[in-house]
Amino acid sequence: MSRQTDSQSTTKTRPVPPTLSVITEGSPLSFVNPDGTLTADGEAHGIDIELTRGLYREMLLARTLDREALSLQRQGELNLWLMCLGQEAAQIGSVAALLPSDMIFPSYREHAVALYRGVTPAELLVQWRGLAHSGWDPRKYNLQMAALVLGTHTLHATGYAVGARMERTDEVVAAYFGDGATSQGDVNEAFNWASAGSLPVLFICQNNQWAISTPTSVQSGGQIFRRAAAFGMPTWFVDGNDVLAVHAATTAAAAHIRVNGGPALIEAETYRMAGHSSSDDPTRYRSDEELESWAGRDPLTRIEKLLRLMETPESFFAELDESAECLGAEVRDACRSLEPTELADLFGNVYAEPHDSLEAERRSYQESARALAGVNR
Amino acid sequence: MSTMSLVGALNAGLRKSMTDDDQVILMGEDIGTLGGVFRVTAGLREEFGADRVVDTPLAESGIIGTAIGLALRGYRPVCEIQFDGFVYPAFDQIVSQLAKFRARSGGRVALPIVIRIPVGGGIGAVEHHSESNESYFAHTAGLRVVSCATPDDAFHMIQQAIQSDDPVIFYEPKRRYWDKGEVRDQSDRNLHEARVLREGSDCTLVAHGPTVATALAAALAAAEDGFSVGVVDLRTISPLDLSTLAEQTMTSGRVVVVHEASTFLGIGAEIAAAISESCFYSLRSPVLRVGAFNMPYPPAKVEDAFLPSVDRVLAAVDHAMNY
Repeated sequence: MSRQTDSQSTTKTRPVPPTLSVITEGSPLSFVNPDGTLTADGEAHGIDIELTRGLYREMLLARTLDREALSLQRQGELNLWLMCLGQEAAQIGSVAALLPSDMIFPSYREHAVALYRGVTPAELLVQWRGLAHSGWDPRKYNLQMAALVLGTHTLHATGYAVGARMERTDEVVAAYFGDGATSQGDVNEAFNWASAGSLPVLFICQNNQWAISTPTSVQSGGQIFRRAAAFGMPTWFVDGNDVLAVHAATTAAAAHIRVNGGPALIEAETYRMAGHSSSDDPTRYRSDEELESWAGRDPLTRIEKLLRLMETPESFFAELDESAECLGAEVRDACRSLEPTELADLFGNVYAEPHDSLEAERRSYQESARALAGVNR
Repeated sequence: MSTMSLVGALNAGLRKSMTDDDQVILMGEDIGTLGGVFRVTAGLREEFGADRVVDTPLAESGIIGTAIGLALRGYRPVCEIQFDGFVYPAFDQIVSQLAKFRARSGGRVALPIVIRIPVGGGIGAVEHHSESNESYFAHTAGLRVVSCATPDDAFHMIQQAIQSDDPVIFYEPKRRYWDKGEVRDQSDRNLHEARVLREGSDCTLVAHGPTVATALAAALAAAEDGFSVGVVDLRTISPLDLSTLAEQTMTSGRVVVVHEASTFLGIGAEIAAAISESCFYSLRSPVLRVGAFNMPYPPAKVEDAFLPSVDRVLAAVDHAMNY
């Protein structure tokens, strides 16, 4: 897809930034203030205008997809949708700093990552329309199926990285998860395993402050990124609503992994602006004031302001709006054009080789379906 | 043809698989330097290196989870769970991840992973070291479950399990680990075929893993009393070889299933239901079950009373004959 090629070509021309100090103290790394001005770190790092435009474009397209999908859910076209509204910078900034050959193990909210990697709207929506459990070939996009049992995939990423290490590649294997998942044993097993084996895993935690109704204060007794030290890996604590800071931190973490071999942890501090899912009612557990405060730190608004401060021509925004409109139409069409699924087709997906009991059940199901069809005729 | 212990046969089978296919990787706790607590993997690290015989951290969920990641890359991991009772920390990775991966991916992704589990009691062990948990995994779509009882089957079945493109739970009867038997160079049986060890016209005993020897002993004792009792070694639990079971049922008309797991919702319950569905008019008595009681595995000093014994099997045969 063109949007993948565009932005990945911008990242390819971007050299690895000067080594960022591993942030373990104080506030998260931030380059762009909510009003679009640069922080001291941002000034020091410098701004690549082409990169910034590319990342802004990707974030805007992701937000478009997200909004269209929610509206399709409200119209009854999707069974469920999990919005990534507010987390576009954490997702786009990180995925854009990886190489296309780096395998990614996502959770269920990483729509922006999937869209960036070239997954089509139809492939993205088929799961949420209730037609399949996953929609794309993981090998085609170097993007695995979304994990729904939280944290389980961090171990899959770690095992995948065992192979990368044995084959002496310079791959980075990235695992995306949230603050809730860090309470799972699997995530902590993966931290330990990757560190003990010096494996090239980049753990990307989007701390969006809420695990359904459970805030991070109830989830964990300490800050997540601080665990890295005890597991023996470097960590980057970054403003997850600042796409340029996330991109720089991820670039530095990925470079560290490629050079030194071992794992790294990024904690991107962000906010889930929508409910957990289209079925959730977040007004039952969090305040309007909190929501407003995070709305003031919106990841797109601050980059739009920055781009305008940098005298980006109006035509850039106009063209982007057109692309977003096209994507919106594509999402709506793709959703309504998805082919139905038949139960009979699923028997063959369970085992790679025939399984006698299941084959007997398939025959029995097909016979009864035929008999019923005869009755109904 | 050579004589081997069941442990030796597994070791030889693993060695052959690793020699034939360099994507085969062994992983587990203490399997490398030590060669496993039962020495099933002894000497393999020296032969194939630490990358292919991996001493893992002590984390069962991690063993299965990382094996999934390796399989996604094209490897064929063979995981050892040190004892039956230690598999539960990996339950989610096995049941929700490994088993469902292929179906979730719409048939795109295969995970050829073998999970070896030393199973059952009878070795005087402390708690959590003597369990029989095959029903959990046989109840899970997407897994194959097999159980070897002899050195010959151990040697061939482990290789067949590794060659399978589906995940296989591979049970090893730990109290038979040191039993010796003939091991043939070639097998004439596929992985999912039951084996008729003995034909019987009065009653058929159905067993797997550690209780196959118990069933054979009971059949011999019954023969001394003039009864013709057959024995079927199930070998495969998912899928079950129902056609072999049906053939034997039609011959004898009476079936007693013997396993170490508790009878409540055990494999015997499924066999009884399947036989009554397919062989109702051939049955001369209800299908009976001899297994563990529905309690946690007891302390070692009373395990002999808990495990299915020859006497309990014979009592069930008597009950079937006099029904």
